[in-house]
Amino acid sequence: MAKEIYSTYPMVKYLRKEALPTALCPGCGGGTVLNAFANAVDGLKLDPKDLVVVSGIGCSAWIASPYFLADTLHTTHGRAIAFATGVKVGLPDKKVVVISGDGDLASIGGNHLIHAARRNIDITVILVNNFIYGMTGGQVAPTTPFGAKTTTSPYRNIEHPLNISETVAAAGASYVARWTTAHVYQLIESIKKAIQVKGFSLVEVVSQCPVQFGRRNKMKEPAEMLRWFLKNSVPVSKAKNMSPEELEGKFVIGEFVNRQRPEFTEELNKLIDEVQEQFGLKEV
Amino acid sequence: MIIRGDEPEQLRLLRKLYKPGNYFMQGNEAVAYGALFAGCRFYAGYPITPSSEIAETMARELPKLGGYYLQMEDEIGSIAAMVGASWTGFKVMTATAGPGFSLMQENLGYAVMTETPLVLVDVQRSGPSTGQATKGAQGDFFQARWGTHGDHPIVAVSPISGQDAFWETIRAFNIAEKLRTPVVVLFDGVLAHTRELIKIPDVDEVEITYRKLPQNEEEAKLPFGDPHGDGVPPMPLFGHGYFTHVTGSTHKENGLRDVYTPEVHDRLVRRLHRKIEQNRHVYEKYEEHFTDDAEILVVSWGVTARPALGAVLKAREEGIKAGLFVPKTVHPFPGERMRELGKKARVILVPEMNLGQMILEVQRYVNDDVILRGVNKIGGVPLTVEEILREIRGVA
Repeated sequence: MAKEIYSTYPMVKYLRKEALPTALCPGCGGGTVLNAFANAVDGLKLDPKDLVVVSGIGCSAWIASPYFLADTLHTTHGRAIAFATGVKVGLPDKKVVVISGDGDLASIGGNHLIHAARRNIDITVILVNNFIYGMTGGQVAPTTPFGAKTTTSPYRNIEHPLNISETVAAAGASYVARWTTAHVYQLIESIKKAIQVKGFSLVEVVSQCPVQFGRRNKMKEPAEMLRWFLKNSVPVSKAKNMSPEELEGKFVIGEFVNRQRPEFTEELNKLIDEVQEQFGLKEV
Repeated sequence: MIIRGDEPEQLRLLRKLYKPGNYFMQGNEAVAYGALFAGCRFYAGYPITPSSEIAETMARELPKLGGYYLQMEDEIGSIAAMVGASWTGFKVMTATAGPGFSLMQENLGYAVMTETPLVLVDVQRSGPSTGQATKGAQGDFFQARWGTHGDHPIVAVSPISGQDAFWETIRAFNIAEKLRTPVVVLFDGVLAHTRELIKIPDVDEVEITYRKLPQNEEEAKLPFGDPHGDGVPPMPLFGHGYFTHVTGSTHKENGLRDVYTPEVHDRLVRRLHRKIEQNRHVYEKYEEHFTDDAEILVVSWGVTARPALGAVLKAREEGIKAGLFVPKTVHPFPGERMRELGKKARVILVPEMNLGQMILEVQRYVNDDVILRGVNKIGGVPLTVEEILREIRGVA
């Protein structure tokens, strides 16, 4: 049966067939993200040879690595963006995309996320936020909603979640957008924009983990989680006029920033030109 | 901008910028110039005493050569960025000191597992923890060997002077490239900040090596295979359409993860060890002085090797049959040569700026009937000729 699906799925040409099927649980939002990413690459007519995909550790790190047929660098926990920084400086003409999770990129790797945004290096980050450490068994994360139950907040979560998109926008990224796995077409369009934007871009995807999160929070069916996303999604434009109390428990979706700022690898190469000029090192 | 394929331009720039001759400079600067001559065109680092002058020199010089200096947000990110850049073909380096070296250990293991060439300079300082931040030491001998987790081989070289640091850094790059592996340079805060005469050679006197690249599609499909029987797979770099998959998880020869088959892990990790073990000729290096008839053998390394030589020379003047053995590649330890020398000696003294680290390696290769004694000094002040000579006299 699996073989039939692969033969009729139009995006299968972008996948590493020998690595399939994926390791993702049934109902996981990760498949939606992989599909959206493949559709974005397809829509942009990007040659996968011009793409390097980097990921870290955790379920969401497995969305594109090793399944997406490109150069793929599956790295250590939290460090994907730092690895990607080296790749991008080495290959400034290639598209470098990081796909990984909230625990990986915003908790243990939060510092790299902030500083890559500050540097505004031309890397696209697709951060899949499922509010939980899924692979290790459903522990509380810095993204877990206040009051939610997890295996390490078995009574209730007493911490407030990090607003990843706003943090990255404040740090200086060129492009930041947030969607949920219930907004697939918007998500594809945002990933396309993010890849094209010169500078650091983040697409935060609120995604369902029915196995580790939903099950413990009265939403054990994937569809229930998607309905939860749809019911509580608020567009950025509307959220502007809402109080923090009104926004409690809501998912603000849409584009947070889309702006032009100097990009790191361009600045780096510009600096080299200047220095070589200054020291008379250019060949006449 | 990668030096491979760009040699004429790079040689022109090096010749124009760095005139051969004698210079008065710090050990740290010697390391940086060694790296530049070796073809390093990517440096990612984070400031830490006593290594910072390496970063400062690289930040100043790399742009002149068309190379990249990145100051990352921390040491973890620094080594991560190096690995990323190495997979695009760059020769890469970072420099740090004890605490930063500790932070880099996880990704050092990643570099071992993914067979990523890089050079990591650890300017050893007095620890543990923040310790005496500005003072030199030799306390990271085993952090270099076993700092990252799991069974793994490692190559570490240790220069004995500023001049030596220039050449040993070049050698570290050549080993890293030849064996597709990370190489640690165990430098120290004393030599790092000592200014002395350093001869910068003509670029033609410097031999440099490049990593193997796949020669055909078949080789490119096996980024972790062993097509040539030397244990070293060609490296299918990113950006060439190979669709290379690189992971720190246990992987098959084609790069894809397989953590469930015991044989796959066994095959991979044993090959990583065999790669280093069977290529001893690539990295093994030591110095010997008066070892032919030495009854008292001094075994020392790094910064302490110099006062050790001074002490041995003075002992000889006094008619004491002392000799000196200095491993320049300290990991893997030159055990066979140590065993041979150990058979001839009555007493072995091991001076080092720690409470006894390399002595444990020496111990593995000498018989119980040899008197083995450490000459240990901590506190950030190097051992002197007199201090070592006193110990030699004491056992003569």
